[in-house]
Amino acid sequence: MQRCDYLLSQLDVLEAESIHIIREVAAEFERPVLLFSGGKDSIVMLRLAQKAFWPAPIPFPVMHVDTGHNFPEVIEFRDRRVAALGVRLVVASVQDSIDSGRVVEETGRRASRNRLQTTTLLDAIEEHEFDAAFGGARRDEEKARAKERVVSFRDEFGQWDPKNQRPELWNLFNTKIKRGEHVRVFPLSNWTELDIWDYIRREELELPGIYFAHTRTVFERDGMLLADLPYANRGEDEPAFEATVRYRTVGDASCTGAVKSNAATLDQVIEEIAATRITERGQTRADDRASEAAMEDRKKEGYF
Amino acid sequence: MDAPEQPGGQPLKNMDILRFATAGSVDDGKSTLIGRLLFDSKSIFEDQLESVERTSADRGEEYTNLALLTDGLRAEREQGITIDVAYRYFATPRRKFIIADTPGHIQYTRNMVTGASTADLAIILVDARKGILEQSRRHAFLTTLLKVPHLVVAVNKMDLVGYDRGVYESIVDEFTAFASKLEVGDLTFIPISALHGDNVVERSVNMPWYDGSSLLHHLEHVHIASDRNLIDVRFPVQYVIRPHASTDPELHDYRGYAGQVAGGVLKPGDEVVHLPSGLTTTITHIDGPNGPLQEAYQPMSVTLRLADDIDISRGDMIARPGNRPEVAQDLDAMVCWTTPDRELVPRMKLVIKHTTRTARAMVKDLNYRLDVNTLHRDEGATALGLNEIGRVSLRVTQPLFVDDYGRNRLTGGFILIDEATNNTVGAGMITGAR
Repeated sequence: MQRCDYLLSQLDVLEAESIHIIREVAAEFERPVLLFSGGKDSIVMLRLAQKAFWPAPIPFPVMHVDTGHNFPEVIEFRDRRVAALGVRLVVASVQDSIDSGRVVEETGRRASRNRLQTTTLLDAIEEHEFDAAFGGARRDEEKARAKERVVSFRDEFGQWDPKNQRPELWNLFNTKIKRGEHVRVFPLSNWTELDIWDYIRREELELPGIYFAHTRTVFERDGMLLADLPYANRGEDEPAFEATVRYRTVGDASCTGAVKSNAATLDQVIEEIAATRITERGQTRADDRASEAAMEDRKKEGYF
Repeated sequence: MDAPEQPGGQPLKNMDILRFATAGSVDDGKSTLIGRLLFDSKSIFEDQLESVERTSADRGEEYTNLALLTDGLRAEREQGITIDVAYRYFATPRRKFIIADTPGHIQYTRNMVTGASTADLAIILVDARKGILEQSRRHAFLTTLLKVPHLVVAVNKMDLVGYDRGVYESIVDEFTAFASKLEVGDLTFIPISALHGDNVVERSVNMPWYDGSSLLHHLEHVHIASDRNLIDVRFPVQYVIRPHASTDPELHDYRGYAGQVAGGVLKPGDEVVHLPSGLTTTITHIDGPNGPLQEAYQPMSVTLRLADDIDISRGDMIARPGNRPEVAQDLDAMVCWTTPDRELVPRMKLVIKHTTRTARAMVKDLNYRLDVNTLHRDEGATALGLNEIGRVSLRVTQPLFVDDYGRNRLTGGFILIDEATNNTVGAGMITGAR
């Protein structure tokens, strides 16, 4: 009899841990915000926030850092989800940062707004005086992220100092900061990609359509399939073609690759992910291929 | 307006989670072992492996250096050392595993303490050629100080001693003798070669004299469900849920006390006591993440509804009238000091965070400093520096609801925060309260 053993499944344990983290931060900070991209991880995070405070509404707004290089399906999904939950949406726009001269758009074929997001994000945190920002990053994603704390301190410049992090023991989190500083909070730290998918299936969560196999005009660059959207700067030597693809991650459309796939249902996607031999970031993120320490460098600057 | 439908799905009971910490120095082959577990359980992906193979080849190494898989930061790869706790994940059909990979250097005791604080099991690596070293003893001591319930001593590099049974057995004897001085729960020895994979996932053909399990088999089967405290009901109130704005009469009166169960089993109908008031009431409902629950236990995050209107806020504790934690302002604790910035000295004032309660604390006395290598108590010590451990008496500004750390890790552990820098400067384990 399982009840006699008081056993919980791994998803129940992860869910309990994440809810504990979300409640702790809501209790100890004055102005938390949840970073919501419309991607699968932030969808799970939003669900956990909903559960953490039920039947009360989620007591903080959500923020989307909008590169302007979006998949239209994702924006449509974002607005619908936010409206259904009745939470306030803050949109921080990279285009605004460019227009106001805070950042300069990269040039060339591989120009991406990915790195520019950091400035937009930090400016928005400062403008709205957010003191805690929930992010959907997981430690299994990437090797610099494997060293990340659950409640991770950022100084007045938004910087992460990986060699000088606050130790985290038991389920106790140090939430002390000074004015102008903030923390990033990662409630999904201990989840893996497969846990996320299993949870989406268990909770019957809706996802943007781009996560499932669909026909799309793409072209190949650096071994990745990119959507032939205007801001991808497809060159003449990069022929476009139709393919059946799905997205494994959702990021800036100019540097997020699609994978060839016929997995059209959740069960098929999970089957495919369980069998894959390549990491999600390695397969689909051009931004991480820049160098061995690309993520570490961006995180130190204040990236997600 | 209708009450919002509670979000929820169908809970699956398939796998559980084992959290384990690994300790050892660079030379013990700890990173190689973790790399081997990830590799042999097919948790390493091709792009990660290619990157490691490329780096190994660039360095002119004979074998693919699986240790490179676990070093995440630039400085770590450059210096060939591990700086910080890194968390790794893998799963087999039986269990999901979370590894806290902690560096073994002396200056990183605080990382080991951090990794061990949430671990169900610790693996201590011993180099078969070198036997039990000072740091093996230190790791074993820290494991028992943090009350990690299960300890595995992996005698590594058996290939370099010709898979010799005598070498292994003398290490087992020496460690067993030392461990008898410590409060070790469950102790297991396994002879392995992380480099070649002997007894890591599969039983080794090179050591037919060994009749125990492989390391992975042991990790998959070690029984951890009984390690939790299911006896002493402890529910630290984390957050009060009151859906103010709603016009729904049912929601209007909703008042729930949210938190993570820290001990015992709670059920609707149970009589409970609220601390600090001492008032008793009854649990009417337990709301879980997927709907109403008939019982709640560690580590569930739930919301309690109570029969009586009592003034309850964050930092309070719910327990059973006949089984309460100590309500104490004077604590004795073992403290591990985690900052190089300043030393712990008597009269020092700090912030203490214990369960969901935060208060100020003053160091009344440093009873002794413990030499973690010899277990010698230096009663003449006047300060604790970085990575030093000592017995400390604290006076706290308001009562805390505590248990001995040996009885409950969640109600017996606390952190200390420097009021000036806001850094976490100490980790404490309560040994007595008044």
